[in-house]
Formats: sequence, C-alpha cells, structure tokens
Amino acid sequence: MNRIDQRFTELKSQGRKALIPYITAGDPAPAHTVGFMHALVEAGADIIELGVPFSDPMADGPVIQKACERALKNGTTLAHLFDMVREFRQADATTPVVLMGYLNPVERIGYEAFADKAQEAGVDGVLTVDMPPEEADEFGPILKERGLASIFLVAPTTSNTRAATICAHGEGYLYYVSLKGVTGAATLNAADVAKRLAPLRDITSLPLCVGFGIRDGATAAEVAKVADGVIVGSALVNRIAENADTPETIPGQLTAVLAEMRHAMDALSS
Amino acid sequence: MPDARGHFGPYGGRFVSETLSFALEELEKTYQSLRDDPDFQAEFDYDLAHYVGRPSPLYHAERWSRVLGGAQIWLKREDLNHTGAHKVNNTIGQALLAKKSGKPRVIAETGAGQHGVATATVAARLGLECDVYMGAADVERQKLNVYRMHLLGARVIPVESGTRTLKDAMNEALRDWVTNVDDTFYIIGTVAGPHPYPLLVRDFNAVVGREARKQSLEQIGRLPDALIACVGGGSNAMGLFYPFVEDDEVAMYGVEAGGDGVETGRHAAPLSSNAPRGVLHGNRTYLMSDESGQVSDTHSISAGLDYPGVGPEHALWKDVGRVHYVSANDDKVLEAFRELTHMEGIMPALESAHALAHAKVLAPSMRPDQHLVVNLSGRGDKDIMTVAKLDGVEF
Ligand SMILES: Cc1ncc(COP(=O)(O)O)c(C=O)c1O
Repeated sequence: MNRIDQRFTELKSQGRKALIPYITAGDPAPAHTVGFMHALVEAGADIIELGVPFSDPMADGPVIQKACERALKNGTTLAHLFDMVREFRQADATTPVVLMGYLNPVERIGYEAFADKAQEAGVDGVLTVDMPPEEADEFGPILKERGLASIFLVAPTTSNTRAATICAHGEGYLYYVSLKGVTGAATLNAADVAKRLAPLRDITSLPLCVGFGIRDGATAAEVAKVADGVIVGSALVNRIAENADTPETIPGQLTAVLAEMRHAMDALSS
Repeated sequence: MPDARGHFGPYGGRFVSETLSFALEELEKTYQSLRDDPDFQAEFDYDLAHYVGRPSPLYHAERWSRVLGGAQIWLKREDLNHTGAHKVNNTIGQALLAKKSGKPRVIAETGAGQHGVATATVAARLGLECDVYMGAADVERQKLNVYRMHLLGARVIPVESGTRTLKDAMNEALRDWVTNVDDTFYIIGTVAGPHPYPLLVRDFNAVVGREARKQSLEQIGRLPDALIACVGGGSNAMGLFYPFVEDDEVAMYGVEAGGDGVETGRHAAPLSSNAPRGVLHGNRTYLMSDESGQVSDTHSISAGLDYPGVGPEHALWKDVGRVHYVSANDDKVLEAFRELTHMEGIMPALESAHALAHAKVLAPSMRPDQHLVVNLSGRGDKDIMTVAKLDGVEF
C-alpha cells in the first residue's frame, strides 16, 4: 500500500485529521530542506508537500513566489529535490512525501524519467498545479505504474460533474482549494468549505484535504472539523522568509507554527 | 481547427490551475455560440470598419523595393488602425465577448503597451473597469503607452517579479483572474494562453489576412509569392498567415526577435532557435527554458516580442514546415526601422521592423516580378524614445 493511503488509514482509526505542511524545496538554500522536513515531522506533520521551485509560479501569491526565487537563486534543481527526498528517507521511512509544482520542469526532463527518479528517491505522490486530469492521460498512467499517487485540485468554481471526473482520476487525497485566488490569499470561510465538501463526499472515498488560507491553530481546527486534512503553506514559508538570514533558527519557527495547529486539531478528537 | 480540447497537434491545450477551468469552459461555450452567429459577426465587422478604420491599405513600397533591387514589397498597413497596431482587432472582438458575458471589469497583460492601449481603449468605449499588467522593465521603456493607458482611464500595474517583462505580466494577470474570476474578463493579447484563446484571437485577427488576400488579387492580380510577419506570441503573423494556409504557392516567414543573436543565447526566438517543448501560460509550445525546466530570460530591443514562448498553432506550423521561422537581430531591426522611415515616410514599430529586416534579406534574392507582403503590425510612435536614446537625443 502506498504510504499516503496507509497514513490516512491510520489516522482514521485514531479519529485524527491529517496535518500537511508545504515548504518550497531549496528555500532558502538546498542544504536546509531535509532538516526542515524532519522538524515538520517532529511537530506533527502527517504528510509533507515539497514544492518544486519554478520560475513562473502562476498559481502562487507573493510569499511562495519569493520562496521559489530564493530557491532558484541558490541553485536548486530537480536533481537536488530527488537527493533531498532520498536523504530524508534514510531517517524517515514512513512519512509520505508529495512533490507539488508546475508542469514545465516535468516536461523538460520527461514524464518517464521524472517518475522513475521520484519513485527511486522515495516520493509517494505528485501534484501538478497546471495539469488538469484532461491533460493527464499520458502522465497519469506513468505515475500509477510506479505506485505514485496523482493528486488533483478541486476549486470552489469546479462543477459537480467536473469534480466527479477529477475524483475518478485522483489518488491519495483530493486537494480542495478553499478560495478563489492564489496561495497566501485572504482568509477562508469555513462554512463555505463545509458546504462544498459535502457533495464531494458523495462522489468519492478519497480523503478530502483543504488548503489555501489556513494560517493558525484556529483556522486549522475549524477546517479539520469538516475535512480529512489541513494543508498549510504560506504561514510556514513566511517564517522561512523572515529568518532566511539565520536559517539555523528556522526549524524552531516551523515547529512552533505547526505544533500550534497540531494541538488545536487534536483537541477536536479528544 | 484545434481538436475538442484545444490541441494543435501536440501543442496548445488547457494547462491551468483548477479555479480557471470553469471560466475557460464558459468562455468556450460563449464563443462557440457566437462564432457563426451572423449578428455577432456583423457587430464585429461594423466596429472594425467604423471604429478601427478597416480595411487597412495594402501599400506598394515602390521606392524601397527599387533600392533593395528584387521583389516588389507591399505593406499591410495595420499601423493605420485606431490605436496604432493590429492588437485592436482582437480587443474589439474580445470586448464584444466581455459584453455578452456581462462582466464589468477587464484585465490584460502587455509588453510594448499596444495591447494594453487597445484594451484600455475598448474598456473606455464600453464603460468597463480596466487593469493592465505590465512588466516593470517595459513600463520603463514604453512610458508613452503607459501614459496613454492612464489617460484612457486604465490602471497600469507594474510587475516586479521574474524578468519584469511580458511573461511576468501574464503570470500576474492570471493571478488576478483566478482571484476575480466572477466579475472579470481576461483579454489575452496574443494567440497563446489556454484554449480557447489561441483560437479566438486567431479568428479576430484573421481579418488582416482576408483583406490582404483580396487586395493582392485586386492590386497585384494574383496571390503574393511570400508573406512576412514578426512573431512575439504570434497574433499579427497568425492574422496574416491563416487565410493563406491552404495556398501552397505562398511562402510564409515568421520573424522572431534575435536580440544580440540566437547564437549568443540573448534573444527571444523559441522557434528559430529550436527551443525545447514546454508548458507555460496554459499551453504547450516551443518554450525557452533551461535543463531543469526554468523559463529562460529573454532579450529583445522590442518589448512586444520579448516573450519566451509562442502560440501553439505556430509551433505546429513549424513542425509541419508550413511556415519558415527565422530571426532578426536588434542591429538589423534598427537598420530596417531607419530605412523604411527614410525611404517611404513610414515609421514602423520596432516589432514590425523585425519583419522588414527579413524583407531586406529576402527581397534581393527574388525577381522584380515577384511580390512580398510584409505585415506592418504597428507604428513606431511608441518607440521614438528608445530610438532617440540610441541616437543620444534627449527631450
Ligand atoms: C506593433 C506590434 N507588433 C507585434 C507585436 C507582437 O505580438 P504578436 O506576435 O502577437 O503579433 C506587438 C506586441 O506588443 C506589437 O505591439
């Protein structure tokens, strides 16, 4: 069984919700990323989304755009990313890792080569922001053959018919984008999210995870009431940005943000 | 025609974040319902005639042809359009779509500012709110057009990220659209972007080629031997070429921005430099990017061509060999700019001067009884500051 499915099975039996942090790989420099990943797990991360830096992150707001710029300026490449996951796996054989990014880096090295390297490094899932299921008929099977989950987004503007198509292609979990906008945008409306998740439950058994707009323990807990998982990105990447000059302090910062969320979410199930 | 999912062979498609899928499906439906609607076409034609000033002339540049000593050069005068470039054909069409869609706000990306000016113009005319994204480097080198947009009532938003040029303006426009998708219509300025944009921008600009074809038959007595147009995203070239695609006897040349020279790496010529395939701004195409898939910096004297990708239908035309894609370097472009200005009293846009630079290469290799149509995609007023600076002239 894929590590992602296994993790959700465990969480379900414990009555807990997944906490899924996102950081951009190589931010502020490639040497720090693996340390950050371990810190996130210690603070209660269930799955790690590792951002693949891209020169043109069209779906991201300024916080993650700048993270990409820092990572690229410091020479981060896809080869580094695979190395990072491989190194992370030496000390952590269980926490699922999902690569999240844009299609062009994948197109450039080729779908097969990308999937081979990802599998070999110990990646569990791939989320390509600008690749909807309609365009995934070549890449999807290549990932599947290697046991890598194809994770897709559903947005507030997605119709129910379209959501059904997306769910049919999706694996691992469904990433529900809580608001119209880019990452790091305003605050989410938990009631709206609840309303949108309900019909998705009828069409899929995939775990429903919610991202965009989650910034503290309170929003994380509110979303965890209705979702199977909470994805948090900009709130963490912000801390990395603020402390980029003293990277040794960053793991403690990340732990603080994530631990608060973990605590608030776990308080629900106890 | 592209396939049902907007693919031109392996190119095109709809590679966007999920929030935009709905808006693109809606736009596609709206456009499909209007594409063959005679009332819509009549409204478009009326605006082209009475607001844009079409048809634009096909002008015989006799003196320049004589000096070059070869083929007869004809200029398709898109520079005479209202707002000074071919860009207005497309914005008139998309403004009609915006009106039918009932959206009170339009946004656009712009490089040279011509598409921004054309969008601000139609927005003023229809009373729509208008925001234009423009790379900060382009805001600097196209000040005149920035001021024009302000006068027209648009907000110009300088984009500081990335290379601070056209591609970054398009990223930012897409971010805006994702955020304001309910009340905003995105007017894309070239034959790129997610399906159905490459298709509808082609349709709106094809008036250029339809006119040129008819005018050639009337004025030359037959079809021309070759067509030349500059290629940034490729909308003016698409507009001229498309109605001639089935005319095998007509050769076609798309001229990309060679910058300092394709061999130097400092250029904006994805097709003629054989850039790899890639995906950016919602479509798969030839795209300048490095080995790990990061989009490359581009260089061109002309802001309107300073783009690392190209419309997907051009990518297909390159593969099937229907169009020859070449490049012209900045120095040759300036030479052509000066020559046309001196010899014909027509000051071309620096973008259009790329096409003229290739006419200078091609015409002398042809006979005086052969004919070349060059798309004069825009006028040079916006570029006077750039040229003056090179001449050391201050205002
Ligand atoms: C006069 C002129 N020609 C050409 C272009 C390039 O665009 P396209 O390749 O879409 O025609 C521009 C873009 O700003 C322009 O202003």
